[in-house]
Amino acid sequence: MRIPLSWLAESVDLPVGVTADSVMAELVKIGLEEEGKHSFDLTGPIVVGQVLEFVEEEASNGKSIRWCQVRVAPAGEKAADGGADVRGIVCGAKNFVPGDKVVVTLPGAVLPGDFKIAARSTYGHVSDGMIASGRELGLSDDHDGILRLAQIGLDPKVGTDALELLSLADEAAEVNVTPDRGYCFSIRGIAREYSHATKAEFRDPAGNVHVERAHGFELNIADQAPIRSKDGVSKFVLRVVRNVDATKPTPAFMVSRLKLAGMRSISLIVDITNYVMLELGQPIHAYDLDKVSGGLTVRRAQLSESLKTLDGQVRNLSQEDLVIADQSGAIGLAGVMGGESTEVTGATANVLIEAANFDGVSIARTARRHKLPSEASKRFERGVDPQVAENAAARVVQLLEVHAGGVADSLGAYFDQVGESQRIWLPINFAEQVTGVHYSANQVTETLREIGCSIEEVDGGLQVIAPSWRPDLKHKTDLVEEIARIVGFDQIPSRLPVAPPGRGLTSRQKRKRAVAETLAATGHSEVLNYPFVSAETNKVFGAGLEPVVLANAMQEELNQMRLSLLPGLVETAKRNLSRGLTDLSIFEIGSVFVSSKVAGEIILPGASARPSAEELAKLEATLPSQPMKLAALFVGDRIDSQIGRKSASASYVDAMQAATLAARAVGAAIRFEQASVDYLHPGRAAQVFASTGAASASAGSNKHETLIGLVGELHPELALQNDLPRQVAVLEIDLDKLFAAAPAQVSAQSISSYPAATQDLSLVVSQEVPAADLLDTVRNASGELLEAITLVDDYRGANIPAGMKSITFALRFRATDRTLTQAEASEARDNAVAAAHAAFGATIRA
Amino acid sequence: MSSDNPINEQSVNQAVSDALALIAAATDLDSLRAARSAAIGESSAIAKLNAALATTPNDQKAAAGKLVGQARAQLNQAFSTKEEEFYKAASAAKLAAEAVDMSAAINTIPVGGRHPLSLLQDEISDVFVGMGWQIADGPELESEWFNFDALNFDADHPARAMQDTFFVEPASAHLVLRTHTSPVQIRSMLERELPIYVLCPGRVFRTDELDATHTPVFHQVEGLAIDKGLTMADLKGTLEHFAKIMFGEEAKIRLRPSFFPFTEPSAELDVWHPGAKGGARWVEWGGCGMVNPNVLLACGIDPEVHTGFAFGMGIERTLMFRNDVRDMRDMVEGDVRFTQQFGMVL
Repeated sequence: MRIPLSWLAESVDLPVGVTADSVMAELVKIGLEEEGKHSFDLTGPIVVGQVLEFVEEEASNGKSIRWCQVRVAPAGEKAADGGADVRGIVCGAKNFVPGDKVVVTLPGAVLPGDFKIAARSTYGHVSDGMIASGRELGLSDDHDGILRLAQIGLDPKVGTDALELLSLADEAAEVNVTPDRGYCFSIRGIAREYSHATKAEFRDPAGNVHVERAHGFELNIADQAPIRSKDGVSKFVLRVVRNVDATKPTPAFMVSRLKLAGMRSISLIVDITNYVMLELGQPIHAYDLDKVSGGLTVRRAQLSESLKTLDGQVRNLSQEDLVIADQSGAIGLAGVMGGESTEVTGATANVLIEAANFDGVSIARTARRHKLPSEASKRFERGVDPQVAENAAARVVQLLEVHAGGVADSLGAYFDQVGESQRIWLPINFAEQVTGVHYSANQVTETLREIGCSIEEVDGGLQVIAPSWRPDLKHKTDLVEEIARIVGFDQIPSRLPVAPPGRGLTSRQKRKRAVAETLAATGHSEVLNYPFVSAETNKVFGAGLEPVVLANAMQEELNQMRLSLLPGLVETAKRNLSRGLTDLSIFEIGSVFVSSKVAGEIILPGASARPSAEELAKLEATLPSQPMKLAALFVGDRIDSQIGRKSASASYVDAMQAATLAARAVGAAIRFEQASVDYLHPGRAAQVFASTGAASASAGSNKHETLIGLVGELHPELALQNDLPRQVAVLEIDLDKLFAAAPAQVSAQSISSYPAATQDLSLVVSQEVPAADLLDTVRNASGELLEAITLVDDYRGANIPAGMKSITFALRFRATDRTLTQAEASEARDNAVAAAHAAFGATIRA
Repeated sequence: MSSDNPINEQSVNQAVSDALALIAAATDLDSLRAARSAAIGESSAIAKLNAALATTPNDQKAAAGKLVGQARAQLNQAFSTKEEEFYKAASAAKLAAEAVDMSAAINTIPVGGRHPLSLLQDEISDVFVGMGWQIADGPELESEWFNFDALNFDADHPARAMQDTFFVEPASAHLVLRTHTSPVQIRSMLERELPIYVLCPGRVFRTDELDATHTPVFHQVEGLAIDKGLTMADLKGTLEHFAKIMFGEEAKIRLRPSFFPFTEPSAELDVWHPGAKGGARWVEWGGCGMVNPNVLLACGIDPEVHTGFAFGMGIERTLMFRNDVRDMRDMVEGDVRFTQQFGMVL
C-alpha cells in the first residue's frame, strides 16, 4: 500500500518536517514493514507560464519546431529562477495556441532521471527552459503534446509554483500489508495504525460525509449457492447521481494522489471511485445508469453464462462466480471487475454507484479462476469493513457533485445482512500468559479500545467485540497480538527455557554427518544441486522408475523431480569445466523422488482436530518415496602432478574408494559385483552390495545382502554427449540402505597377541572368474585361523595360459590362543586351494 | 735373542707402516673395509706376527707381546678412526642427497570440503542439541495438509498464495514441494511426546527466479518448543542465546510485529550483527511467534494446557551476512572453489 503523505495528513496529525522515511519508521513499529518511497522526483523552479506568441520554424533535420515567447512571471517581476519575466523557449509540440497557460521548467529545475534543465542552444535559438508534458512531470503517460492547464480545468496566475499547484511536491510511503490486515489497504486504516504508533490524533475520514439512505431502486439478493454456507453478499448500497459531466478533468490533487498511490488517472468518474477505494478501503463500482436495464440482482452465474468484462475479455462464468445481473444477464463479476455493457464513458450522464460487501472466499476463488487479481478483489479477499459501504457511496456522491457537477438523487437501494460481531472472551492475565509481559488492567482495556474494540468488563476478564474493520480478530490470542504490538514488543522480557535432558543427534543424523565428513576429509567437495531435471534425463538415469512431475516448473523442460543425483553432478561438473576447473571429485547427499502413483482425488482431512491414525496413514501413502542418496563424480586428475609425483587420472577406482570410505565411516561392509547398466561403461560398472550381517573380514557370507547402489564409469558416449571428457567415474548409493547394514553398535573382537603366519597364494583361474568370488571362496575355506586376506595382484601374460589369469592373495593367519605352527597355516591354505579348485578349477601357480 | 724370532722392532714397524699405508690408501668406507683384511685382518702382517708369538721363546715373549700388542692397538685405532671418518662423511653425503625443498607442499589427497550450507545447518543443530533440543527431519515433497492446512493456511486465504508454491501433478493428489520446514513441526507434534523442543533444518522450495539474492531451492532452519507455560519471553531468550552463539556476545535481537498464519502473535526477527562487514548493524534474520492455537488443535494438542513458540530463518541468508557471501549464485552453482574455501567448521 502506497500512502501519499498529504492524504494521510487529512486523517492524522503528522509532525512538521515529516517524510516518507519517517512515516515508514513509525509504521514498522506496529507491524507494517517498509517497502520504499515514491515521489514525482521533481525539483523547481517549475512555474505556470503563458505562451504569448510563437513562430513556426522548419529545422534542418526536417522537424518543425515552435520558437515561443513565454511569460513566466508577472510583467516586470523576476521569475522564480531570478531571470526575466518573458523567456524564449523552443518547443516541439503543436497542441497549444497563444494565450495558453502551461507548465514551464526553468533553468535549475531537475526532472526525473536527473534531467537537469538549463538554458541551451538548440535549433538556432537559446531555449531558456522547457514547456513540460504530462509525462515529463510524471502525471500521466501523455506525451502527445505539452500539458495545457486549461485542459485540467486550471487557470492560475502566471508565475505560480506548479509543484504546489499540481500537488507534485507530495511523496508517498509504501508499506507491505500482511494478509490479515485488509483494512490497511486504505488511507483510513493506515492513518489509524499511524495513530497507534505515534499516539497522534486519528480523525476517521469515513465520518466526513453526510450519509443519506436512498431507496426505490429494484434490488434482488438471491445467492442460490453460498460457498461454505456463507452468502456471497452481506451489504449492498446503491446510489444514483444524475446529470454529471463525465468529460470534466480530474482535479490535479486527485491525479497526483492516485499516481503516487500507484494508479493511473483514467477518467473523472473512474478516478473518483478509485480515490474513494483508496481513502476508505471500500471497492466501488460505477455503472452508466442509462445502460442498466431494469433492477439489479446479485446471484451466482448460471450454466453457460458469459460476461465481457471491462478489459474486453469474454469470460465463461462458473456457477460458483457471484455476479451482478440486470434484465440482460450478468453485467459484472461481483467484487472483481465490472462488465463492458454498462461501463461509464465520457457520454455518461447518470451514474449508478455500487458499494457492497462480498464474501472473501467467493471473491478469491473468482479472481483466481479468471486470473483477475484486481484492486477490488485484493481488498475483499482480505476483508473490507462492512460498515463503511454507505459512507463510501456517500463520499462518491459528494465528489461527483463537487467535481462532475452532478446532483444526488433519492433513488437507490440498501441491503444489510451484516451479522453481529463475535464476542471474544479474554480472560484476565491471558495476555501476560502469552507474552510474558505484565500488563495492567488499564493497559489492556485502553489498548483494545484504541484499536476500536468495545469492551464489557466481566468478572475474571473482558468480553470484547472487535471493530467492524477487523474481521481478523477472532480469537483471544488475536487480541493479545494487538495488545503486544501496541504496547510494544520491546517490552517482552527474555528468559531461556530449559528443555528436557537431550539425546543428541539420531543415529541417522550422526551417520549422515560421518559419511559427509569422511568424504570431505578425503578430498571430495560437497555440492548441493537443484532437484529439477528433464523427462529425458530421468529416462536415462532412472529407467523403470516413475518420476514426480511438477505442475508449475520454472523452466518448462525441467519439470520433473530427479530420480538420481547423478544428472545434477553432471551439470555441475560441466559448469566447473567451463570455468577451467578440470579436476573434480564432487559429491552430493540428497533426496531423490519416486512417485507413489496414488490414483484419484485425495480428500485432505480437516485441520480443526488431529486426524485419525487412518487418515494420517492415507496421507503418508500419497507421498512419493524420497530416499536419501549419496552420489559422487570424478573427472580429470584425482591427484595432480607434483614435484616428484605423477598425476593420477580419476577412474572407477576412485568411485569405489569413495563408496568404501562411506561404508567404513558407518562401520558397514560392502562388496562390488560386475554389472551391466545402460548409462555406465559396459566393462566398468558394478553393483554395490552391503552385507547386513556382522561386518568383520572373516565372516564373509553373501547370504544377507542388500543392493545399495552402483559404481563405475559413465558410458563414454554419454559423457561425451554431455560435453565431459570420455572418462567420468560415478557412484550412487542409497544411504538409508547402507545405514541399515551398519552395526547398531560395534561388538569388539579380542585382539590376539600371538605371532602371525603370513603366506602369499597365487591361483591360476579362468579370466571369467570374478576376483571377489575367488577371494570369498579362499576366505571361507581358510577357516577361522585366517585373520586377514587382501587381493594383491592380477597377472595375465607370459607363463600363464591364454584365457587364464593369476590372482595373488596375501594371507595372514593367527590363532587367538597359541603360536601357530607352519603346518597349521599350510593346512588352512591347502583347504583354501582345494575349495578354489572345486569351485573354479583353480590351480596353484607354478 | 734367538735369530729365528721374527718379532723385532724392525718387522713390527714394517708391518705397522705397511698397514697404515693400506688404511691411508682407502678412499671411502667400502675401500677401507676391503683393505681391512690386508691391513689388520687375519692375513695381515701384524696378524702373522701376532700368531708368531705362540712360538716365541718364553724369555722373549713379554717383550715381543708388548711390541705386537702396541702395534695392533695402534693399527686398530687408526682403522676405526678412519672408519668413523668415512662413516660420518658417507652419512652426511646421504643426508645431503636426501634433502628436499620442504617449502613445496605435496598433497596426496586433493582438497575437499563440505558445502558451507551443510556446515551451517550442522553448526546450528549443534547449538540446539547442546540445549537439549532434538533435530527433526521430514520429506521435502509434502502433502498440502502438512505444508498448509495443519499450519492454519485456509485453502481460500491469500496467505496460501503468498508462498509461491511448486505444485505436483496431478493437482488432485495435493502434493507440493514444501515451502518451509514447518511441516516437520507438524510431524513432530503428531509423533513426539510432550514437551517438544525440536529444530528442523532442511531444504525448501519457492518459485523465485535465481538471482543475487533469490533461489527457488534454499534451506531453512526452524525451531519449535511446546511446553506448559511458555511465553514470548522464552522465545526471545532462546533467540538471544542463539544469536550470541552465532554472532558473538554483543549480538542482540529485536522483534517487530508481523503476520504468519501459524503463529499468533507473530514477529519479524532482526539481529544486531556486531561483526557485519562495514560495521555493526541490524539485519533481518527471520520470523517467529507463539504457535497459533489452531495449529496445536490440528495436532491434537490442547492449547489451554500447552503453549509453544516457533521461529525460522534462512540458512542462505544467514551465511550471506555471517560469512560475507555476496551472491546467492555462489551457493547454488556448485563451483568447487566456493566449497573448498571453507574448512570443516565455519
